[in-house]
Amino acid sequence: MSGGSDTVRLSPFDRALLAGEEGEAPKLAMRILARMAEVRGAGSMLDIEAAHIDSTIYVGDAGLEFAERLASLGARVRVPSTLNVSGLDEFHWQEWSVPPEWAEKSARQMRAYDSMGTIPTWTCAPYQGRQTPRFGQQIAWGESNAVAFANSVIGARTERYPDLLDICCAITGRAPAVGLHLDENRLATRVLRLRGVPEELAAADDFYPVLGHLLGPFAEEDPVAIAGLPVIPEEDQLKALGAAAASSGAVALFHIPGVTPEAPTLADALGGREPVAVLDVGLPELRAARRELTTHDEGGLDMVVLGSPHFSFAEFGKLAALLRERGPEPAVPANGGCELVVTTSRAVRDLAERAGLLEPLRAFGARLMVDTCVLATPMTAGTTRRLMTNSAKYAWYSPGLLGSAVAFGSLAECVESARRGRVVREPGPWD
Amino acid sequence: MDRLRGQLIVAGTASGAVLYATQPLSFWGGYDAASGRITDTHHPLAGETAAGMALVLPATRGSSTTTAVLLEAIRRETAPAALITRGVDAFLALACVVGQEMYGRSPVLVCVGEDEFRSLAEWPGLEVEEGALTRRER
Repeated sequence: MSGGSDTVRLSPFDRALLAGEEGEAPKLAMRILARMAEVRGAGSMLDIEAAHIDSTIYVGDAGLEFAERLASLGARVRVPSTLNVSGLDEFHWQEWSVPPEWAEKSARQMRAYDSMGTIPTWTCAPYQGRQTPRFGQQIAWGESNAVAFANSVIGARTERYPDLLDICCAITGRAPAVGLHLDENRLATRVLRLRGVPEELAAADDFYPVLGHLLGPFAEEDPVAIAGLPVIPEEDQLKALGAAAASSGAVALFHIPGVTPEAPTLADALGGREPVAVLDVGLPELRAARRELTTHDEGGLDMVVLGSPHFSFAEFGKLAALLRERGPEPAVPANGGCELVVTTSRAVRDLAERAGLLEPLRAFGARLMVDTCVLATPMTAGTTRRLMTNSAKYAWYSPGLLGSAVAFGSLAECVESARRGRVVREPGPWD
Repeated sequence: MDRLRGQLIVAGTASGAVLYATQPLSFWGGYDAASGRITDTHHPLAGETAAGMALVLPATRGSSTTTAVLLEAIRRETAPAALITRGVDAFLALACVVGQEMYGRSPVLVCVGEDEFRSLAEWPGLEVEEGALTRRER
């Protein structure tokens, strides 16, 4: 390791944990944290009030062995800690294609994190449940889309916590005092300036994934401001924006003057400084970015998948209305057996059920998947060669993770495409 | 430039052929821990095998799961021999730190400055020793 551990000022509590005075699990967690604090050049550590644990995703035995090692050492979280998606829909995986060995190991990983006193939310959208953090709160969140939302839309403070470190923060209640935890690093240094974007387009649900897709490579890892947006976006639109920008790039904080809490004005977002880079974006750039999200724009589909990040209650409302309006799916094989799959959390599913929003989905023959998503589980293995989605995150990762050809479209286009079993484009504000 | 210095983040010695890119990479959806191959279809190194090589990247991007995928590659011994980044990449550093904790091994991790990073584009192979990088033919 570079430098000496004396470069980080550890508190008496940190040193007590390192010495094992609180047990073996906090000792291991603090040893990893102290090394990472040193790598990041942190001057000290700070208290966190909550954590969101992305380490729950099963990607192989290493993550499972790490979880079980912590659990076997008696690990308990010190702050309220929500759980991200796992590798399995815990109670329904048998209805899907899942190799038993995967199911067994994935379930073991779930049990290990359950055993630490966590909150079993199993969702990548923990900010749309009851565990939403508050403005200004110091938190340690994993899951790239959740980090972007917490920092940008709520104004809570978190670095981009990688898997394995999020749980170390939760077990110790501590985090290195660096990056977006600190005031001075939260100002925008870059500006994406929208030019001539019509209100009708800026109000459309498929505008935000496209904008985020453009934002990612431009922002690099720096906080970025988006100027010139002619409407006030809805929560789910901001969610889609952040998820897209955290897929095509490493965006952890964006400001939208007049919309997000740390940016009453563009000058506030920039802290009165000049930006280091400005990118002007108009319709030609947006149309090109939208095309980039699609690799398969004609012909049949195996699956239409919605819900990355996890579908919200409001999104179920929109989907239910569309399904009611457009009528049921034509009988198989008229649509070639194309499935409509929606990924969400247990909590949102239960609310949607009580509100009667799942009835039209059942009538359509759509399937719900909770606790996980199609990228993190083999549940849909073999049926994802040709996908369509309204999520830039699904569109970004499916080719690499699932080997899929992907069409990106609006929610209405996704519903119509699911009905017909092939990619359907509708006239709209992009034309 | 045939010899340059970086900041040693995770110690060790390693040598290997250089795989170089100026685009960041997400290991989740981008690195297959079973084969050590780069699978991100958006990335210029897609299709290359990085196991045992000197992988030179500016940084990681996107998913928080990058660390879990690199840790899995360390467990399966399909990780690169050396990782060189432009500035500190905390995701790769964490996977290496936990790899040492869990399996007693990890890639050597060195971060270098902008100029040093650019000059590595021309190197066919390299050797890392104590933070010093030396150019090697493959």
